[in-house]
Amino acid sequence: MGMEDTIREKLTEAFLPVSIDVVNDSHRHAGHAGSPGTGESHFRVTIVSGAFDGLSRVERHRLVNTALAAELSGPVHALAIKALAPDEAR
Amino acid sequence: MSEQKVHDWITKKVANDDVVLFMKGTRQFPQCGFSSQVVQILDYLGVEYAEVNVLDDLGVREGIKSFTNWPTIPQLYVKGEFVGGCDIIREMFQDGELQDLLTNKEISHNKQTLTA
Repeated sequence: MGMEDTIREKLTEAFLPVSIDVVNDSHRHAGHAGSPGTGESHFRVTIVSGAFDGLSRVERHRLVNTALAAELSGPVHALAIKALAPDEAR
Repeated sequence: MSEQKVHDWITKKVANDDVVLFMKGTRQFPQCGFSSQVVQILDYLGVEYAEVNVLDDLGVREGIKSFTNWPTIPQLYVKGEFVGGCDIIREMFQDGELQDLLTNKEISHNKQTLTA
C-alpha cells in the first residue's frame, strides 16, 4: 500500500470524514534541499469532517498531525492540510 | 544543548521578539518553499520579525517541534503565541485574519489585503 492510501485510510478511520482528498505532491518537490527523492514525501490533504466543528485552525491541524504522527516522523516530509467542518465546505 | 535548554531558549526568544519566524534558511535565502511563502507574506505586510534558521542548529530544529507540539517548519509566533505553519498563515492572510491578529496584538504592518 502506498503512502497516499495509508494517509487516506488513517484519516478516514480517525475522523469519519464527509469527504477526503489526498494528493501526492512529491514530484513537485523532487530535487530540492531536504527532499528524500522517494516520491512518497510530500502530500496535500483536504478533509471535511464534523470532528473539526468549533475548533481553531491550530487545533484541527494538531488533530490531523497526531493521527499521522508515525508518518510525519518518518517518510512524510511535508503535509499541507486543509481541514474544514461540513458547514464551511458548502 | 539539552531539549530543556533549547525550550528555555525558545521561550526567551518568543518573549523578547514580538514576531518570530522559525524557518529553514534565511529570509534572503529560504531553503524550503513553505518557509519562503511565509517570508513573502510577512514582507508583503511589512512586518518586522526575527527569524530563526533551524538548519543552523539541530537542537533547535527538533526542539521547536516538541516545544510547539507541531511537527513541521515553518512556525510563526506573535507576542509569544503560536499562530500556525505555512497553510494556516496563508489562509489567514488571504482571509484578512492575519492582518486582524497583527492589529489586535499591536504589531505595526501595512493594512493592505490581497486584491484580485
